[in-house]
Amino acid sequence: MLTSLTVRAARWHLRRREVSSVELTRAFLERIQALNPRLNAYLTVADEEALAMARQADERMMQGEDTPLLGVPIAIKDVLSTRGMRTTAGSKILADYVPSWDATAVARLRAQGAVFLGKLNCDEFAMGSSTENSAFGVTRNPWDESRVPGGSSGGSAAAVAADLCCAALGTDTGGSIRQPAALCGVTGLKNSYGRVSRYGLIAFASSLDTVGALTKDVYDAAIMLRAMEGRDPCDSTSVAAEPVDAEALDARGASLDGLTVGVPREYFTDGMQPDVERSVRIAIAQLQALGARIREISLPRTHLGLPVYYIIAPAEASANLARFDGVKYGLRVQGGDLIATYMQTRGAGFGAEVKRRIMLGTYALSAGYYDAYYIRAQKVRTLIKRDFEQAFEQVDVIAAPVSPTTAFPIGAKTDDPIQMYLADVFTLPVSLAGICAISVPCGFDSDGLPIGLQLIGPAFGEQRVLEVAHAYQQTTDFHLKKPLS
Amino acid sequence: MLTVAEVERIALLARLALSDDEKVRYSRQLSAILDYAAQLAELDVEDIPPTASVLSIHNVMRDGDKAVAGLSRADALHNAPETDGASFVVQATFDDEG
Repeated sequence: MLTSLTVRAARWHLRRREVSSVELTRAFLERIQALNPRLNAYLTVADEEALAMARQADERMMQGEDTPLLGVPIAIKDVLSTRGMRTTAGSKILADYVPSWDATAVARLRAQGAVFLGKLNCDEFAMGSSTENSAFGVTRNPWDESRVPGGSSGGSAAAVAADLCCAALGTDTGGSIRQPAALCGVTGLKNSYGRVSRYGLIAFASSLDTVGALTKDVYDAAIMLRAMEGRDPCDSTSVAAEPVDAEALDARGASLDGLTVGVPREYFTDGMQPDVERSVRIAIAQLQALGARIREISLPRTHLGLPVYYIIAPAEASANLARFDGVKYGLRVQGGDLIATYMQTRGAGFGAEVKRRIMLGTYALSAGYYDAYYIRAQKVRTLIKRDFEQAFEQVDVIAAPVSPTTAFPIGAKTDDPIQMYLADVFTLPVSLAGICAISVPCGFDSDGLPIGLQLIGPAFGEQRVLEVAHAYQQTTDFHLKKPLS
Repeated sequence: MLTVAEVERIALLARLALSDDEKVRYSRQLSAILDYAAQLAELDVEDIPPTASVLSIHNVMRDGDKAVAGLSRADALHNAPETDGASFVVQATFDDEG
């Protein structure tokens, strides 16, 4: 089936003229039309733009051009600005917002000739772990439509899992690529902070936000990162790191000889679902069978990731979201004076979780609490970062679960914010340390729901993480299983 | 426990109009989250420097001051809730006597 192709396979068929980009794009648009009413993965389907981009890509190919993404249909999380294409951030306050520019990651994919099928659902302003915080309805997990897809990049994960695109852009601030990738059985790479420009990403927490891709396999993750990464004059925190090399993944093959994989004991807790622990342990044994040395390690501040994150991220969010005031763009609800207009606009435009985080962040930054909460959280962040730095003196990568559970039922955690936040307990520390990690499918629970293995690397250690994950996928087939069959 | 009065104070700082129900709910939920965060207060972090950014880069300079095309006026205005065709239209910030 055309829509199940990876980016790499799609390019192979396009290059051999066995299929045109227009044909491939049509196949996706038809599948989206058939399945999106059930899944609600797309908030905007850009039929006409997609076909126009596909025609252009076909012309470029006729002229002999060849890029790793030319003519390949992908989709974009709705927190990334797309020129001329509605971008809502999953919020009522931006329901009709049409950006005048592309995010840098989007612009680079456009320049490569990728085709944009549309914009994908997410928790409002990427705040959430289930996509239930979207103002436009929850996305359903293709493996079980009564369950959440994870979040906040839930639309991205569901779209990749259900073959509604070849690959999707997501963002990860505290786990928002890795956790939905795990819950939907796809591959998701959270890049090191600074590797991909944040320009044009609607900001949530600026010291944590990262842009990345959700894909059908690890090789595609490398292709997508290579297309987006690198220094950008528009983002002063972007870094020119050694680029990743997809072809080198094949060259290395499936041998992990000479590598040491650390297994942190704090990531195997009593509260986790037994099926998750079993699958992750089996996956680690597989890495050993491929030649890796396994070493138990300790990351003693793991449990502090959650309280640190839920001070720092809301604090930064409360500042970033101050811009939504009903003046230059977005919703306006007119009040008696300017302050009343601000307050009523924001009160009506933001959903419950966004308001909760703005309140929390405002409190943590307010006079008298700044040192006790915000500065203290930043100090503990230093300790969490040091834990990883010390671990990477002993091991090359760290293997752990992504999420303590598989996909949970829609509505199960919406009344208890802390229970919802605990879904990210194994992904938050990586975000606070600014390092990289990939989620790859490693099994299914007794209900047939996907389980993710998290492979963590040091800052800008993506190539090594991709190598280990690719070797794992060369010798397992969990990433090839499909829902809805 | 965060009182409703404290929630109202924060909501004013954050420029958020809240319903009475929301005030009660947020006083309960924010208290629970702050209680959870209280475990940070038990740590000795006296000599630990805070991390505001994980990167070690400082004082990034622009590559050079080059003139590039900015947004057109029409592009800048096209998402605005109210314009007069040339500017954003908002309520007066100060009253007449101000």
